[in-house]
Amino acid sequence: MYTNAYIFKYASIMVIITAAILSAAAMLLKPFQETNAAIDKMGGILVSAEVPNVDADNAMKLFNKFVTEEIVVDRNGDIVDVYKGDNMENGKAFNIDLKKELYRKSKNEPFELPVYVVEIDNDKLYIFPLRGVGLWGPVWGNIALDDDLSTIKGVKFDHAKETPGLGAEISTNMFSDQFRNKKIFNSEGDFTSITVKKGGVETLPENQQIHGVDAITGGTITSDGVNDMIYNVLEAYLPFIEKERKK
Amino acid sequence: MSTNVKERESMFSAKNMRLIKTPINLSNPITVQVLGICSALAVTAKLMPAIVLSISVLVVMAVSNVVISILRNGIPPRIRIIVQLVVIAAMVILVDQVLKAFLYDVSKQLSVFVGLIITNCIIMGRLEAFAMGNKPWPAFLDGIGNALGYGIILIVVAFFRELLGSGTLLDYQVIPQSIYELGYKNNGLMILPPMALITVGVIIWIQRYYTRDLIEKN
Repeated sequence: MYTNAYIFKYASIMVIITAAILSAAAMLLKPFQETNAAIDKMGGILVSAEVPNVDADNAMKLFNKFVTEEIVVDRNGDIVDVYKGDNMENGKAFNIDLKKELYRKSKNEPFELPVYVVEIDNDKLYIFPLRGVGLWGPVWGNIALDDDLSTIKGVKFDHAKETPGLGAEISTNMFSDQFRNKKIFNSEGDFTSITVKKGGVETLPENQQIHGVDAITGGTITSDGVNDMIYNVLEAYLPFIEKERKK
Repeated sequence: MSTNVKERESMFSAKNMRLIKTPINLSNPITVQVLGICSALAVTAKLMPAIVLSISVLVVMAVSNVVISILRNGIPPRIRIIVQLVVIAAMVILVDQVLKAFLYDVSKQLSVFVGLIITNCIIMGRLEAFAMGNKPWPAFLDGIGNALGYGIILIVVAFFRELLGSGTLLDYQVIPQSIYELGYKNNGLMILPPMALITVGVIIWIQRYYTRDLIEKN
């Protein structure tokens, strides 16, 4: 009763209708989703700078209040663009797609990366957005450095689909609080990054403990992903950071 | 002659209402059929995601049940599972998109679990077992009933896990500070997945105590 031709026709019509419904929904909802994503990005930057009481409703307002400059730097550490306007969400830096730029870095091509300058309680903080890979998908975050460009003021990580309770713990304060006051340069001024250490910081040599944090039990691959992300992205910013440190 | 004419059944007849009531207790998807346990463990650490997931499952289940029931006479049996999956997947993607647009924080917390509604065996089970052989209205009621049965358990589990694990409900502090000062501590174990299983177990125990029919004879 059901011929093959019927089955093919049925299946084809069904997928076409489904595709049409889904694309229509995606197009209609896109503006809302983009606003949410931008607000989420601002929230991440503010939280890493330890701005208190950030939520979805006030993120945009606080972002414009605390972020005083948006800088775009190239791979030689030269500043290509500075934005100081009132609508920080329109700055060139805010609209850089970090994923594409880091891909160019991996291909050894020229790239441009954003830096956010936050002024809070007379402290000048530099915030560097991060992006890397976890176990199941991308992980990202922001790292806020004091104006010595070595001491970490705060970090905030997030992820798309890490395992809840294991890798997903990177987005909790329990994990990110460990980074506070750690340093990415050693006393000789060499770049050390931050080591996310499986087994705990205390297993590291004593003089390296200031450059390490505990990994997450059961979340080894996500922890390694965070470790590599911090190294890889800060390495891209290194020329800029070293120039600023010499000033 | 007239005895052959089937009398038109009222939309809220006792038989139809049973479609909603039975899955809530006697054939509850989680506590009796033990389906959908995975998501019940994963999203119940806090009340809010549990409620949102329950509502999402309710929408997906009701709509896909109705759609499959309308299509049931045209679906070629050889590809019926694929057709069911396409309907569920399309609904889940819609729900996910709507959450991303209007409930961004919750959608971030639920992350993978919205996608995993696709593999929720309760939905596939109801489509295959009920919607394929029944008219749209009963299929709709059956979907609502099963989703409620699932949602109620999720919300009860999440209620106790959030209350005892974090001392909050919907992120509002409900256990007063003075009790913490007396030495009370939040039970961190409640937030971990094993306690969800144990809470579900306790619910099953209580349910069987009051509903003796569910106890196996041997």
